[in-house]
Amino acid sequence: MDLERVVIVGAGQAGGRAAEALRANGFKGEIVLFGEERAEPYERPALSKSVLLGEEPASTTSIHPRDWYAAQKIDLRAHTRVEAIAPVSRSIITAEGERLEYSRLLLCTGSRVRPLPGTPDSLPGVHYLRTLEDSERLAAELRPGRRLVVIGGGFIGLEVASSAVKRGLAVTVVERQGALLERAMPAAMASHIEALHHANGVTLRLNSEVTRIQGARSVESVALADGSAVPADIVVIGIGIIPNTEIAEAAGAASSDGIVVDEFCRTSLEDVYAAGDVTNHYNPILQRKVRLESWQNAQNQAIAAVHNLAGTPRPYAEVPWFWSDQFGVNIQLVGVTEPGLDIVWRGERHTGRCMAFGLLEGRVRFAAAFNAGGEIRFARRLIEARAQLAPERLADPALKLKDLLTEASCSA
Amino acid sequence: LAWHEVAAEDSIGEDEALGVSVGQHQIMLCRNGGKLFALDNVCTHQYALLSDGYVENGCIECPLHQGRFDLKTGAPMGAPVTEPVKVYPLRTDGGKIFVEVDD
Repeated sequence: MDLERVVIVGAGQAGGRAAEALRANGFKGEIVLFGEERAEPYERPALSKSVLLGEEPASTTSIHPRDWYAAQKIDLRAHTRVEAIAPVSRSIITAEGERLEYSRLLLCTGSRVRPLPGTPDSLPGVHYLRTLEDSERLAAELRPGRRLVVIGGGFIGLEVASSAVKRGLAVTVVERQGALLERAMPAAMASHIEALHHANGVTLRLNSEVTRIQGARSVESVALADGSAVPADIVVIGIGIIPNTEIAEAAGAASSDGIVVDEFCRTSLEDVYAAGDVTNHYNPILQRKVRLESWQNAQNQAIAAVHNLAGTPRPYAEVPWFWSDQFGVNIQLVGVTEPGLDIVWRGERHTGRCMAFGLLEGRVRFAAAFNAGGEIRFARRLIEARAQLAPERLADPALKLKDLLTEASCSA
Repeated sequence: LAWHEVAAEDSIGEDEALGVSVGQHQIMLCRNGGKLFALDNVCTHQYALLSDGYVENGCIECPLHQGRFDLKTGAPMGAPVTEPVKVYPLRTDGGKIFVEVDD
């Protein structure tokens, strides 16, 4: 059938990159891009870092300026919520009741912050961080000498902690698990980041459950399950996200911790595709299903999806890659952490420039680079090659990863 | 504009990069496909030295966030980089590398 109109729901990074790639691939039909936010598609990584600190203007996060969309004949409908999908009539329905038919539908509905149960988010001083507006509101409150309590020791929380220390605030991070970044890396690797935060004056409260946020007119303290209370002028809650699966589910799409898609980004509904944070997708390299909250996935799964929906199939198969910047240390991760990894350190841990590998049955599955981003490409290739390496050789910084890769590929 | 001697030709092997300074300018020299190139050494995305990155297939890849630049033109080759890096004229003479910069 002719592809006359591609409707994209969600104008975040994934939706924006999808529209861009569709035009770049020569698609001549209509592209309608719906987004709930007021802003044109933008990237979120800087919202907890340079943009939060005012080191870069918010405009630098935009994928393209607003007028680019009109020039590309992409109908960007910002601040417009899509309420429902009607798969039988192949149309979507907006909150205003407008019905629009699609030839192909791409869902890039992303995710929303997970609320802390029992917390009145209307209490002044309590923040979540997801959008540009969230970042701007929080930036206005980050003033030297104030006390910030971050709830959640994940990437968002730790990046906010790093930015706030730079701004001169006193920062406490409260984490219910016994280690930071529990979903992102093994505890043995996270201990490196724990040390980094310690060294920069952050108070870490691990194994600490928050019972409630206290305050009359504005936030005053965070009460913990052990009966103690951490005084606070500002609280930032970063305890994860919830994928926005509702409209897909209501239309009958398979969903399980994300909209279920295959490696061609197809949902269980005909001619309906999905990409980005919202998907639970099969990764052919890892040979399992994953849901990824990352810059790479937002961009590259969206690009793969438009190839597939336009009839030039190509599987989305990349080793997952994440980065974070905290206290001047660039942290890069490749692969997805999993239980039972054997950890091998490479390089001098105390100089700040080092790597850690996670091996399963002797094969490289996961790696973290601390101020060693240039090595990440080789780590990625070691994972792709399912390289089997003697731990002591991997640990030896005198042996180049490039050469170990060649060696492993030849013996594979 | 003036030509400045910045390195010996044999100091840069194939797919290798070297950072040099000329006055205020931080310059990345590299060799790919047998040819030498001179580009601004600072990534246009966030502060990182391209000379710490990787030279491959006509591009330099930034070590920080893996943005790639075309060695001939300095053009960004995809997200996250959107701004080009400056390319400097380069010539070799008597085993030495010279680049042309504003003084």
